[in-house]
Amino acid sequence: MYTQMAKIRVFEDNANQLYLDAKMPGLTHMYSGEEAVAVGICEALKVTDKITSTHRGHGHCMAKGADFRQMFCELLGKVNGYCRGKGGSMHIADQTNGNLGANAIVGGSMGIATGSALRAKLQKSDDVTVCFFGDGATAQGLMYEVMNMAALWKLPVIYACENNGYSEYTSTDEIAAGEILERARAFGIEAFSVDGQDVIAVNRLASELVEKARKGKGPFFIELMTYRYHGHHVGDINRTYYRSKEEETEWKKNRDPIEILGTFLKTEGIANDDELRELYLKVRSEASEAVDYAINADYPDISEVDMHVFQEG
Amino acid sequence: MPEITLSQAVNQAIAEEMRRDETVFLIGEDVAEAGTPFKVTSGLVEEFSTDRIIDTPISEPGFMGLAVGAAMTGSRPIVDLMFGDFLFLVMDQLCNQAAKIHYMSGGKLNVPLVLRTNLGATRRSAAQHSQSLHALVAHIPGLKVAMPSSAYEAKGLLKTAIRDDNPVVIFEDKLMYQDKAFVPEEEYRLPFGKAAILREGTDVTLIGTSSMRQVCEKAALLLEQDGINAEVIDPRTLVPLDESTILDSVKRTSRAIVVDEGHQNFGTTAEIASRISEKAFYFLDAPVVRMGAMDVPIPFSPVLEDITVPTAEGVADKARKLVAGELIHAL
Repeated sequence: MYTQMAKIRVFEDNANQLYLDAKMPGLTHMYSGEEAVAVGICEALKVTDKITSTHRGHGHCMAKGADFRQMFCELLGKVNGYCRGKGGSMHIADQTNGNLGANAIVGGSMGIATGSALRAKLQKSDDVTVCFFGDGATAQGLMYEVMNMAALWKLPVIYACENNGYSEYTSTDEIAAGEILERARAFGIEAFSVDGQDVIAVNRLASELVEKARKGKGPFFIELMTYRYHGHHVGDINRTYYRSKEEETEWKKNRDPIEILGTFLKTEGIANDDELRELYLKVRSEASEAVDYAINADYPDISEVDMHVFQEG
Repeated sequence: MPEITLSQAVNQAIAEEMRRDETVFLIGEDVAEAGTPFKVTSGLVEEFSTDRIIDTPISEPGFMGLAVGAAMTGSRPIVDLMFGDFLFLVMDQLCNQAAKIHYMSGGKLNVPLVLRTNLGATRRSAAQHSQSLHALVAHIPGLKVAMPSSAYEAKGLLKTAIRDDNPVVIFEDKLMYQDKAFVPEEEYRLPFGKAAILREGTDVTLIGTSSMRQVCEKAALLLEQDGINAEVIDPRTLVPLDESTILDSVKRTSRAIVVDEGHQNFGTTAEIASRISEKAFYFLDAPVVRMGAMDVPIPFSPVLEDITVPTAEGVADKARKLVAGELIHAL
């Protein structure tokens, strides 16, 4: 889990640099700070289990098994990317690992995740689908429609609400009335809150719920309290009007998910500083090799522009 | 060959495909015991049980979203949307999700689902239950659009739609559910992108979608009395559109009227007319005429509602003027 979290952090550092160096088209949304959420949950899943992701989706993709090269290629619009350069940062899908895709419509994937769970039930398959979304998406009506059906039909879906405290540029307190967990409970869905910076706690809870869902005891709802280190997207630099620098420093210094797990591993004598440093350096060199690969990779041939509108045959 | 209603034709198509392929299921409001308000799906739940004929809450975006997710992961859902007007409720799931997933994923993911819904005014249902919104859907790349014009087309096109690996939206005319047509007993499917020439003619081509095909056929009979020989074409699907059958016809007749029940502004009639103008310009003896629904919300009062949609008399009148050369500068 440490490696997986390090991979996400390093991926995002590189993505941010590609943006700053004007090597990446468009914008992207950094997952840094939220690594324990994606990793804690995805480590509880099998490759056949499904996830749906969000506009802030690189972490989910990596945690569900994506590789650096295809990820960076997609970010740069290259033909060797996960979507042949047609999706970009906000639409990475990796069906071989059960990733049904990131989604650029806030809350847009909630139907897809629940539909995947409906398919599992109808086809008597024991896979579980996890629907990642942010606190901002809890304001979308679709969520309540699909949670109602998931609860009525006992579907194997887990709604994972990453509450990073901000709905784009607005504090969650200003957009969410009442308690988010209570909304799920109103449908009779068991709902849990967990420290989203503590990957072990996240993984323990997720493992328990995934196994229950697999046995037909779903759906479940988890609210994961977390924090995004960057702005809403890479271009959101001046953000003191909605959150303070002190608050950001506090989370980064005292509640960093990678540091928290590192400290635990050292305290338990599972790993020492040198080993963790070495591991981090290895991940960094893999990432920079993949960035070079992506920069030098080909763009799609322009003849591909009207391919894949329809599945032929 | 037995004569059955359009409603029975749809029912048979669903049942046959569900027997053939167990990944097919039907989902929507009141589709099981109630069999929909139009009784189109009556009896299916007895054969396939509530596992595969799934009644939902009144949550159109929700069950549309579920269908997208199920389709992406190995099912072939048929979504029943009770009224075409409710398309506005499902637009995000249909147009932002279903239509784009295959493309956005670089061809890796498919969304093989069918959205069955309806169109058609003059049922005295007023502005929110009478719209014909197929042009909205046809505008979005990644969605196929079928417009059955009788029981025969309804069955053949629906069976093709269910086996298609893309999202397909089928618009049935809700006033035609009880209309009968001859339908073969043996298995058949109608290909998408293949128009039907229902009547051959030499003086004017009448292109009619859905129930406007019948309007065009009636208009052709009226025109016959005046010695005008009209050709009638039913495109059957808007996406893909069988352009060549339409263009070949117009090149022979040199005149065309496009009749469709969607609003005329920025609609299906405009699209087909402009393709004719672009691609058969030098064969035309007159401007291509468009006849769509009036550009007003559909009114309730029968005297108002009836004048909003094209009629056989209206089409025949336009055709007579067209053939007489009266419409060249006077549309």
